[in-house]
Amino acid sequence: MKILVNDSPAYFFTGGREIDPSRASVVFVHGASLDHTVWTLPARHFARRGYNVLAVDLPGHGLSQGECQAEISNYADWLIDLLDAAGIEQTAVVGHSMGSLIALDCAGRHPERIRALVLVGTAVPMPVTDYLLNAAKDNVHEAIEMLTAWGHSPSAHFGGNETPGMWMIGGLMRLFERGQTGVLHNDLLACNNYSNGMEAARQVSCPSMLILGQHDMLTPARVAKSLAAEIKNSQTVVFEKTGHTIMSEQPDALLDCLIKII
Amino acid sequence: MKFDTLSLHAGQQPDSATGARATPIYQSASYVFRDADHAASVFNIERTGHVYSRVSNPTNAVLEERISALEGGVGAIATASGQAAFHLALATILSAGDHVVSSQSIYGGSHNLLSYTMPRFGVETTFVHPRNLDAIRNAIRPNTRLIFGEVVGNPGCEILDVPKVADIAHEHAIPLMIDSTFTTPYLCQPFDLGADIVFHSATKFLSGHGIVIGGLLVDGGRFDWLNSGKFPTLTEPYDGFHGLNFAEEFGPAAYITRARKEGARDFGACMSPTTAFYVLQGLETLPLRMEKHVSNTRLIVDFLHSHPAVDWVSYPELSNHPDYELSKQLLPKGAGAVFAFGVKGGRQAGHQFIAKLNLFSNLANVGDAKSLVVHPASTTHHRMDTQALEAAGISEGLVRLSVGLEDPDDLIADLEAGLKASQRSR
Repeated sequence: MKILVNDSPAYFFTGGREIDPSRASVVFVHGASLDHTVWTLPARHFARRGYNVLAVDLPGHGLSQGECQAEISNYADWLIDLLDAAGIEQTAVVGHSMGSLIALDCAGRHPERIRALVLVGTAVPMPVTDYLLNAAKDNVHEAIEMLTAWGHSPSAHFGGNETPGMWMIGGLMRLFERGQTGVLHNDLLACNNYSNGMEAARQVSCPSMLILGQHDMLTPARVAKSLAAEIKNSQTVVFEKTGHTIMSEQPDALLDCLIKII
Repeated sequence: MKFDTLSLHAGQQPDSATGARATPIYQSASYVFRDADHAASVFNIERTGHVYSRVSNPTNAVLEERISALEGGVGAIATASGQAAFHLALATILSAGDHVVSSQSIYGGSHNLLSYTMPRFGVETTFVHPRNLDAIRNAIRPNTRLIFGEVVGNPGCEILDVPKVADIAHEHAIPLMIDSTFTTPYLCQPFDLGADIVFHSATKFLSGHGIVIGGLLVDGGRFDWLNSGKFPTLTEPYDGFHGLNFAEEFGPAAYITRARKEGARDFGACMSPTTAFYVLQGLETLPLRMEKHVSNTRLIVDFLHSHPAVDWVSYPELSNHPDYELSKQLLPKGAGAVFAFGVKGGRQAGHQFIAKLNLFSNLANVGDAKSLVVHPASTTHHRMDTQALEAAGISEGLVRLSVGLEDPDDLIADLEAGLKASQRSR
């Protein structure tokens, strides 16, 4: 469904249910230049169980209008504005990659609004190489190919998708290709420049979970573990033989983790 | 990973239960759920997994992933035959009142489905010559929902200018679908050329040994169904699945997800897992076989082209073929191993030629490891009337060869004997 956020139409997938502010909510936040479709399976799960589900398209992404934001904190502010527009006081928030930084920033600066925090494929800091940044600026498809190659574990490059008949590599490339011009570079730069991660982590007060991939080349698990040490009430789960694209590489195991904390 | 590696490995992990390196044949109709909640979750697309082998099967899933990887798509469905794949491809997006623009140079069975069967369900087709881009453009109506063709036409080897036809389709916010059976992803990857949907008869070169009947439907994942606004089966809530909106929920995979959740469920033309296993064995050697198919074909085309008993040879790599330049552009690895030629003396000489052959098998198939020959006017295209045959470029004396993997010297000797016999009554 779409609602106005800061006078601009914002889309979020609800799992086919109406939003009812009296029910518990869960917000899903996608990564750089992606959209809500990375969360379709868990979104459908929690919607069927009576949660308000808001699998958002960030501004400038997917079906949301508006401009993409230069700073992670701007995206976090937008997310709070979205909650206000939807009439939701408090929610669980699940973010992947860039979305995990947005979720972390929200939980750190607005702890009263977040009742549970899940960071999937995360790391603080989240540096992006100049080579990738330049490619995202000058030759988007080369950047997409790099992100797709590095975003999957070595095992996932062979396939064996848990979703029958679907080729993970092709699926992620097509999703990146849908991104609007300039958005990938903008988002990668926002990740690279985000410097409030550790401070935000120290302010998080809700139960938290980090879900990491053992073979994640983009946000290595060893880096994420130092982030986990800064979040008081957190637990960390590392999926073996898994890369950065945890939602497609381990959809069922991810859902099992989400059920425990949400 | 590159093509040759993907043809061996894509879609498969060593079996988690047994460690089997080869893809096991999961000959099971259905799959045990952990509990009632798990069952509901899988049914409702909250969790992954198999429910019933009509809709998905672990062996088939390996094949589906592998063809997706080789084509550069997002996903695929294995079907009972190439025709089942074609029907599933059409039924996923077409409804009564819709219209198709199709190349007239297509497999006779495809022509039949579009000409005679689909009209009973309210879907009409206009056939156009694949070289006539203006005719393709002019045939598009407000209710046209699809352009369809084969990369290499059957049996005249007309090359479809896929990039230009894709542009025409996309200018009208409709997809281009390609039957890529003759070329396989080794010779041509239509998604890279702008096509949106690809299907195969896996019976042919993909399996490669003439031992199975099967089809594969592949989604390229690039067509923007939402912005097109012409495809309600993908962009509006589907009552048959609790209001599921495929484009909204599955993005680039909307088409193939609808094809599975509706078409595989409702039409039921699924591939047997044993068939999928055989096709997988074929795919493992696809690059090697296609190289040999093409190299043998080139030698035979050269032989026939200079033979006094041969009227004409239609193969796109010959400089006198109308699509010679286009073939070099779109099919740099080769224009396939199926082509047609005319024996001097017409229908009778053609029959005498086929009757004398020992190595080439006279049958209605292509893409076998063994070399094949057929007389299309009386077999594969016999349901087409004279006018339709002419439009498809099929003369009565036309002979179609599917060149196999035998030693080319033996193949040429067999053809030489046949051509000699064809001229005896003259």
